[in-house]
Amino acid sequence: MRRFALQVFCVAISLFMAAPIYLITLAAFSSRESLNEFPLPLVPTDPSTETLSGFLSSTGVIAGGVNSLMVGLNTVVLALLIGLPAGYAVARYAFRGRQPYQLFLLLTRALPIVVLSVPLARIFLTTGLYDTTYAVTLLHTALALPTTVLITAAVFVAVSPEQEEAAQIFGASPVQAFVRIVMPQALPGIAAAAVFTFVMSWNEVLGAAILTLNQRTLPAQVLSTLSFSPLAYRFAGGFALVVPALLFIAIMRKYLLNMWGTTLK
Amino acid sequence: MLEAGPIEYTLQGFVAMKTARRPLLLIAPSLVFLTALFAWPLIFGIGQAFTGTGGPTAAHFQRMLDDPYFWPAARNTALLIVVLIPLQFAFALTMALLLRERPRFSGFYFYLWVVPLAISDLAAGLVWLAVFTDRGYLNSVLSSLGFDGYSFLSHENPASMFIAVVIAELWRATSLVLVIIVAGLQGIPKDYDEAAEVFGASYWQRLRHVILPQLRPSLQVALILRTILALETFAVAQALTGRNMPLLVGETYQWYDFLQNPSVAAAIALMILTVSLLAAAGYLRLMRDQTGSPR
Repeated sequence: MRRFALQVFCVAISLFMAAPIYLITLAAFSSRESLNEFPLPLVPTDPSTETLSGFLSSTGVIAGGVNSLMVGLNTVVLALLIGLPAGYAVARYAFRGRQPYQLFLLLTRALPIVVLSVPLARIFLTTGLYDTTYAVTLLHTALALPTTVLITAAVFVAVSPEQEEAAQIFGASPVQAFVRIVMPQALPGIAAAAVFTFVMSWNEVLGAAILTLNQRTLPAQVLSTLSFSPLAYRFAGGFALVVPALLFIAIMRKYLLNMWGTTLK
Repeated sequence: MLEAGPIEYTLQGFVAMKTARRPLLLIAPSLVFLTALFAWPLIFGIGQAFTGTGGPTAAHFQRMLDDPYFWPAARNTALLIVVLIPLQFAFALTMALLLRERPRFSGFYFYLWVVPLAISDLAAGLVWLAVFTDRGYLNSVLSSLGFDGYSFLSHENPASMFIAVVIAELWRATSLVLVIIVAGLQGIPKDYDEAAEVFGASYWQRLRHVILPQLRPSLQVALILRTILALETFAVAQALTGRNMPLLVGETYQWYDFLQNPSVAAAIALMILTVSLLAAAGYLRLMRDQTGSPR
């Protein structure tokens, strides 16, 4: 009886979580005509890709998707390039300034520094970076960096320093020891940190909308055309933004608790 | 330098200095980068918000306060935090405790419940727009059940508009709290709970006196994190209601993008930062009281 009640609750919550995703999928695969019907059918009656292809062929959508992809990948590379060494230092060395540094990271993580996009836009305007994917990449890297450092630090703590020291005793340089011994063990965790960074960049909309005018990322493009676009366009846009999320979570399943759970402290 | 002492001594000193410097070299790029993208725009933003054409001025703040959208935006943001966060914690705690009972398919449930982790607030707004819009799915269901339709997102119905935003945010952002609580539950040894059970404590007694107290650090982290993130919410309201339900960060965007006034936008941005800074300070103090160290 208790088991049964448990399942009832779990199924009810699952329905609440899944129903909107089902409905947006349904809407995205309905023809324009059937979206104008009322009441809307709750099961697919006339599946069509008309709405989605209409969205994809709208101005700036494909370009926005490409920009989003570029910004996301560049952000991952830049954040790892800058954040990985710092994470390693935090994990391996007890140095003066470690505590203040971690405090600084927590502060930049906790503040909505994305609102600083407004003055940043002016700075980028004078440096010629405004309205480029590089501008958005720089902002997203700044947003992701504290988390990258904290996550990679947690990853490196889990790799035993003894093996690294042993490699150095046998004549490997610190860099060799790092590349040959530490990296292979840390790679899955680092990959997870990379996906985390990509998701953050893919989803960020305010900064991207403020820092660009023509080189919009996909969310920024959808946001800026929101007020004058038809419902079909918005539904298709919602669906296009949700699909990657499903993939990310499927890839990240094993690391979810580490990424979003513990290391966020 | 080499003449200062025996060669051996200096070399050792040099090596020690080099290893002491190494971590600083490793963190230096991140420090420079974050300072450049955080401190620089911050100082610039203060300049933007406080200077007019004729020198220092508070006119931009005055204009921000005089805008008819400002106070509703501030009120909506505060109200959203106050209503949403307790609901979110109750919901996340319920989900975590259900999973703790290890129901069949718990792996599948967990996956489904955390999917919104990777969904942006803009996407969540658009998803729920399909539900709440006038000729959307909710009204379709209502009408096929024989009820009249309702304009949930009309500016004439501020209550239902607000509830729609709360539901969308509850759907999207509860998973973050859930993940933090589940991670926290995993760190709690089962012994205390089992001991309490042996001595005849009821489920509610165990929850109240054994599980929740041990979960306190996780709950605090989640609380502050969610409070600060809730302050940043805007695209979900924008997607659902346009400017009918203004929020503070959305106003920054409005002033910057549509009203083309970066100075007022910067003034609102600074205000949001100040409020968040206070929340963050409270957060760090709590953490320190809790464990003696900030991590």
